[in-house]
Amino acid sequence: MTLIQLILKSILNRKFTVSLTVLTIALSVTLLLGVERLRTESRTSFANTLSGTDLVVGARSGAIQLLLYSIFRMGDATNNVSWQSYQTIINDPRVAWAVPLTLGDSHHGFRVMGTTVSYFTHYRYGGDHALRFTSGAPFSQLYDAVLGSDVAATLGYTLGEEIVIAHGSGNMTLFKHDNKPFTVVGILAKTGTPVDQTVHVTLEGIEAIHVDWQSGSRPLPGLEVSAQQAAQRDLTPRSITAILLGVKAKTTTFKLQRFINEYPQEPLLAILPGVALQALWEMIGVAERALIAISLFVVMVGLTSMVAIIITSLGERRREMAILRSVGARPAHIILLIVGESFALALSGALFGVLLLYALLLVAQPLMAAQLGIYIAIGWPTSAEWQLLGAVLGAGLGVGFVPAYRAYRYSLADGMTIRL
Amino acid sequence: MNIKMMHQSNMAIAINNLEFSWSKEDPPTLLIDNFQVSSGERVFIKGPSGSGKSTLLNLLGGVMTPQRGEIRVLNRVINHLRGADRDTFRADHIGFIFQMFNLIPYLSVVENVLLPLYFSAARRNRVLQRGTALQEATRLLAHLDLDEHELQQRAVTALSTGQQQRVAAARALIGAPEIIIADEPTSSLDADRRGAFIQLLVNECATAGSTLLFVSHDSSLESAFDRTITLCQLNRAASRKQLASIGA
Ligand SMILES: Nc1ncnc2c1ncn2[C@@H]1O[C@H](COP(=O)(O)OP(=O)(O)O)[C@@H](O)[C@H]1O
Ligand SMILES: [Mg+2]
Repeated sequence: MTLIQLILKSILNRKFTVSLTVLTIALSVTLLLGVERLRTESRTSFANTLSGTDLVVGARSGAIQLLLYSIFRMGDATNNVSWQSYQTIINDPRVAWAVPLTLGDSHHGFRVMGTTVSYFTHYRYGGDHALRFTSGAPFSQLYDAVLGSDVAATLGYTLGEEIVIAHGSGNMTLFKHDNKPFTVVGILAKTGTPVDQTVHVTLEGIEAIHVDWQSGSRPLPGLEVSAQQAAQRDLTPRSITAILLGVKAKTTTFKLQRFINEYPQEPLLAILPGVALQALWEMIGVAERALIAISLFVVMVGLTSMVAIIITSLGERRREMAILRSVGARPAHIILLIVGESFALALSGALFGVLLLYALLLVAQPLMAAQLGIYIAIGWPTSAEWQLLGAVLGAGLGVGFVPAYRAYRYSLADGMTIRL
Repeated sequence: MNIKMMHQSNMAIAINNLEFSWSKEDPPTLLIDNFQVSSGERVFIKGPSGSGKSTLLNLLGGVMTPQRGEIRVLNRVINHLRGADRDTFRADHIGFIFQMFNLIPYLSVVENVLLPLYFSAARRNRVLQRGTALQEATRLLAHLDLDEHELQQRAVTALSTGQQQRVAAARALIGAPEIIIADEPTSSLDADRRGAFIQLLVNECATAGSTLLFVSHDSSLESAFDRTITLCQLNRAASRKQLASIGA
């Protein structure tokens, strides 16, 4: 019989109350680590989504808004960039490459993005990774589509599949462009970015499915234009949603940015994606800190309830302490017994909390990716998370001295005999 | 005086000029000028409830220390030892049995019996010279008429009071401490079980050569002991209190 066994047996003897305490601590630890995990993982996920692009151009709005809808597929553009402006910009001598993006439609909840083949060569993510095809190739025909890996996996699509694009996105997809199906010609490898959740089609394809749509409403019966007829029309887009730009020389980035921002023909906005992301973090940072602070309070509530429960149990355990004293236990043993119990409860709470966190992450990961385009990596706890866990355990050990001191006082006053 | 000095080495317990009060404000609970128990002796200490019997046992166990005087146990002045040394001394040399609820509820019968061995290396070693700790616990329990295996594995809360007291006795006896102190161990037992319990205890102490201090307010039990001490006569504080209550 060691002191540790004594502590464990004593805890097991009070399974029910103790398991509720452990659950309280576990939930608070899950919350704390979950908030921390979401915070860091969403940052990494965001930071890994776009690299190698010097400027993102869109209609004039907020820098963060432009970044969110063009790169992260969050929210919608309020305005477009005209085709003329796009032409001017890509013909600017400082521009090395430009990728146009058109958003607005969807397929089974996945965003459909019109672009050009240059997207597959110039888009970079996670440092310097280029897009890779697991099967097929970039589109070559008007009605070709390339799927992000999650789209293909979720919907079970393979090459040759015919897909119909719905008008609008999210829950607003009342109408389908069902007379102009697209054929899957390529499937991209997993990137861990919103690309995985995107259906890529040609700019002209987007134009073609909308030729018979006047001012955003469905064509009247008899006025529909068939897929073949549409292909004969001039499918040059009138406008696009955003442009990704690469410059020839980094030193010209700011000048080019100023040029676009002061473009006289149309109100445009050019942003440096890194700077906009930084602005986003600063905005979110306040909320993040508030969330962390709240979670820390919740952990404190959990530990406080543990102390309350241990103190309540001491009344019944005075006799136990007196018996231990009579067989030779020192007051220090009594203190260790109670502090050990407090630590053991905090430790099991932390362990269950971590397990619960991973269970939740497994459930939340695909949902977050699908709904928010945020990829949470399920890895080992980070050093910051270990620190938080360490702090919880340290606090569990520390607060144990409160009931331990009470037990110590009791046992000094009681000695081996208790007057009840 | 000289004879007393000569016999000192055979004394299990020797108390001199002891004064103890629970707090500074209270009058002393114990005032004992001289009290001795030879080793191997079986002493019955009687006194009414509240006369300070349990207080005296706390002092002998070194859980409390007197304000004045000297408590010698096995020729060590224990009230001059450091707290931790007193605890070790108690663990090594004294086995206690109390009135009731003697056992740790979340330990099995055998685990309860083995408990002192965790706190006392001396008693552990003494047991291990003869065999395993488990064997010794089983042997003691068998001597105390608790030899059914099923009984030994049972939760202590599922035992009768009499069985619990015998488990407590086995725990006090394990590792053969020199002194066994029993504080009203029979007052929660039926009258017909008391005699049997005391007989078992006395026999075990005789076998181990232990000194037995048996405390009770029930003078009908004293016949099994070598000597009876009336605490009220020994303790000047008690007689003082009695005088005060008479109004003298
Ligand atoms: N833990 C304690 N704190 C303060 N006073 C105590 C304590 N235990 C006993 N006393 C007091 O000491 C006196 C003797 O009590 P006790 O030794 O328990 O008597 P007995 O065991 O003979 O019934 C009583 O007046 C009692 O109130
Ligand atoms: Mg008493």
